[in-house]
Amino acid sequence: MRVNFTVNGRKQEADDVWEGESLLYVLRERMGLPGSKNACEQGECGSCTVRLDGVPVCACLVAAGQVEGREVVTVEGLADFAKQREEGCATGACGGTSLQEAQQWQAKGTDSQTGEGDELAPIQQAFIDAGAVQCGFCTPGLLVAADELLERNAEPSDADIREALSGNLCRCTGYEKILDAVRLAAARQERQEEAV
Amino acid sequence: MGVTGTPTNINQGSKTKGGIGESTLRPDGTLKVTGEFAYSSDMWHEDMLWGHTLRSTTAHAEIRSIDTSEALAMPGVYAVLTYDDLPTEVKNYGLEIQDTPVLAHGKVRHHGEPVAIVAADHPETARRAAAKIKIEYVELPVITDEASATAPDALLIHEGRDDHHIGHVPHPNIVHRQPIVRGNADEAAKRADVIVSGEYVFGMQDQAFLGPESGMAVPGEDGGVDLYVATQWLHSDLKQIAPVLGLPEEKVRMTLSGVGGAFGGREDISMQIHACLLALRTGKPVKIVYNRFESFFGHVHRHPAKLWYEHGATKDGKLTHMKCRIVLDGGAYASASPAVVGNASSLSVGPYVVEDVDIEAIALYTNNPPCGAMRGFGAVQACFAYEAQMDKLAAKLDMDPVEFRRMNAMEQGTLLPTGQPCDSPAPVAELLRRIKAMPMPPEQQWLAAGEQADVRALPGGLSNTTHGEGVVRGIGYAVGIKNVGFSEGFDDYSTARVRMEVINGEPVATVHTAMAEVGQGGVTVHAQIARTELGVTQVTIHPADTQVGSAGSTSASRQTYVTGGAVKHTCENVREKVLEIGRAKFGSYHPAWATAELLLEGGKVVTDGGEVLADLVDVLEGESVDLELEWRHRPTEAFDLVTGQGNGHVQYSFAAHRAVVEVDTELGLVKVIELAVAQDVGKALNPLSVVGQIQGGTTQGLGVAVMEEIIVDPKTAKVRNPSFTDYLIPTILDTPTIPVDVLELADENAPYGLRGIGEAPTLSSTPAVLAAIRNATGLELNRTPVRPEHLTGT
Repeated sequence: MRVNFTVNGRKQEADDVWEGESLLYVLRERMGLPGSKNACEQGECGSCTVRLDGVPVCACLVAAGQVEGREVVTVEGLADFAKQREEGCATGACGGTSLQEAQQWQAKGTDSQTGEGDELAPIQQAFIDAGAVQCGFCTPGLLVAADELLERNAEPSDADIREALSGNLCRCTGYEKILDAVRLAAARQERQEEAV
Repeated sequence: MGVTGTPTNINQGSKTKGGIGESTLRPDGTLKVTGEFAYSSDMWHEDMLWGHTLRSTTAHAEIRSIDTSEALAMPGVYAVLTYDDLPTEVKNYGLEIQDTPVLAHGKVRHHGEPVAIVAADHPETARRAAAKIKIEYVELPVITDEASATAPDALLIHEGRDDHHIGHVPHPNIVHRQPIVRGNADEAAKRADVIVSGEYVFGMQDQAFLGPESGMAVPGEDGGVDLYVATQWLHSDLKQIAPVLGLPEEKVRMTLSGVGGAFGGREDISMQIHACLLALRTGKPVKIVYNRFESFFGHVHRHPAKLWYEHGATKDGKLTHMKCRIVLDGGAYASASPAVVGNASSLSVGPYVVEDVDIEAIALYTNNPPCGAMRGFGAVQACFAYEAQMDKLAAKLDMDPVEFRRMNAMEQGTLLPTGQPCDSPAPVAELLRRIKAMPMPPEQQWLAAGEQADVRALPGGLSNTTHGEGVVRGIGYAVGIKNVGFSEGFDDYSTARVRMEVINGEPVATVHTAMAEVGQGGVTVHAQIARTELGVTQVTIHPADTQVGSAGSTSASRQTYVTGGAVKHTCENVREKVLEIGRAKFGSYHPAWATAELLLEGGKVVTDGGEVLADLVDVLEGESVDLELEWRHRPTEAFDLVTGQGNGHVQYSFAAHRAVVEVDTELGLVKVIELAVAQDVGKALNPLSVVGQIQGGTTQGLGVAVMEEIIVDPKTAKVRNPSFTDYLIPTILDTPTIPVDVLELADENAPYGLRGIGEAPTLSSTPAVLAAIRNATGLELNRTPVRPEHLTGT
């Protein structure tokens, strides 16, 4: 079957998709977007978390056919997504991104060799700065989940962070630095708002 | 050549200027947070096929026949290979003993053993084709424990064993045995006022790295193969892969692709040979990616163990003697079992002074899943048992458990049970003092507040199983000792290639090693070392591959020591060459070129007095220096096979934990409130990474204390829980705050004084949590992981 949907602001179509193929497989193997990770492929680890019409989901649990006509944001589009949201904030559109808004932006290309030239979302920069990235396999899913948390709760308590990220397994860090990263991103966001 | 997602040069850039001792950030961090870092499962080729493995559905059986015809006839299937298709006489591989078949022949020895492999144009086609392969098995009785393995009439797991351990093991179903006898434990026991003994059981833990086994093999025009794969030791893989393929090593070109964690689980071969065989047979690139279910069968696990311990002490609290017997279940193939036995026995006393010991450790061959390397490597199981014993002794003597440990703590100069003196700082008492002095988490806050408890903070969490009634708190302590690096006479060397040149008007160093970066941060530290030694800001880390000499394994907490040592050593020699060039070009301008001690700092040649003699750019203009050198730490020696004596280890690392837990005694649920660590790291080359490693190791120890275990059916030897639904690893809700106190007492034999870090925190974390649960409940708890039924007596 053919599936038409929007990924990181770009219209995409995938041909010859098997009925059983997951959104994760289509993203990774057909769209050339391997950022969403394949750690368990059964919805237990959260490594493939993407946003489907704004809602965080495990891409491995979504059948490709279910995304027909819908809007997907992956870690590859997270920086632009966050930027668009930030710009939208000025007009009071914080606390969620509408489908219409999401459709108006497109992820920009970066140097896929070094990642240089990337403009990072605050949560991405915070993960680097706080040392929350080790092997990094869990990182894309955690970033999407944490970004969504900060979108709806700008000042999360530790308990809020733990609850929001409890569906994302990490085997390297012991989570402490992931907590640090989310706290750091929230604090920077707050400072930025104060400055405005 | 059309492969996308191949590893890339990591340009360190000019943003980070740090040398050693600074918390510089990961050079691969940006790629990892943007999703652009190429992990081994991300490889793609326009013309690639997908490989899939058919695995045995039974643990022990003769293979009567294999029929692949239906699978081969399926559209989209390019190859179906079995044992009969292997190209040479070499059909087995193994880390130490070549006892592991590439594909099962004659019989299968464990559940999930690879029997056939398929290449097809879609992963689902490959899976469906594999399901059509017909195998006729004749079931054999399964051997699952010591009694069934060593019974006089026991079936032999490996008939006709001829490895070098067979001469000193009491039964062919024992892989290796290491006794250690020092002093006279029976005689010393007579001095004891109290004697405690216990039997301890340690469950089978899984590394559960998140990035599944995966990679891509691309056939080369020369008849060779290029393999992009996630592993811990490229050259060890190469030595095992090339003979099975019938290729010389130079025709198997290996490049490390992004590794999603390892923890010992990638020391052994998984899909490497299978992908190469399929690529060479089909002439097309072949990608294999295990799913999580297959990953549980695709790598070895931590040895489950039974441990019997006896300790004695005088009434004033001095240990008199220790006797122990440690039985490790190695499963169907040897993997790293012999070395695990060496560690378990030589570290079985723990960080304590005990002069009279009688120790025996063995590893069994059984039909259980193969076990091998995992973080802590044999020292973990022993630590769980000896720390329980320390608490028992302290209780019996009515002494404070921490004070009792401090009284018996080893120190610099103490002889280990192997007779080897510990010749570097051994701050065991100090770590215990520090861990006890760390501020305690607030008393049951939910209780003190006098308000409704936040269920998220209670055992059971959002499941809302308790509101605080029946919840009791406990505190427990533990400390452990882990060897660093490969022991027992292993030639544990590493190689580094360092190039220095001017690029775009800036002096740049390129560091090329075969070190597997598995997430631990070696790439960060190598750049820091190069900056420190060569005075440049720009350092490029070349992708790890087999075009440079071996770096040894990313395991045993050894890479910063050994490959870091190799990078340091090579940089020092590069520096000398650079200074020679400088002397030749500019020596006549200033006498200091000939007389002073010269350094490279801030892109310049400076005297030790700080006087600038030249810019590196001017020295290197038109020239480059490029050296590849090996580096070794001081040698070790094998343990005597009868007495266990010998200078077997290079270095030790020490960590201590304090656990605070709350237990819902009604439902048997545990919430770990805090898990504090104190660890000596010798020298923190990158403090941020050091803390990250300590917290990560601590969490794996927590996991095995309260939830992690591969359940193997004792009647069938089949794995019952190969999924993240049923094999539980700690989530962010299960993991407490982990405050870390880092001590830096330099080991003068190690580069910069550093100590291996990654493993020690995994040791003492588990017994500290167990001690805290015992403290809360008053139960004996001699088994890990602790499950609700152990706490409620149901």
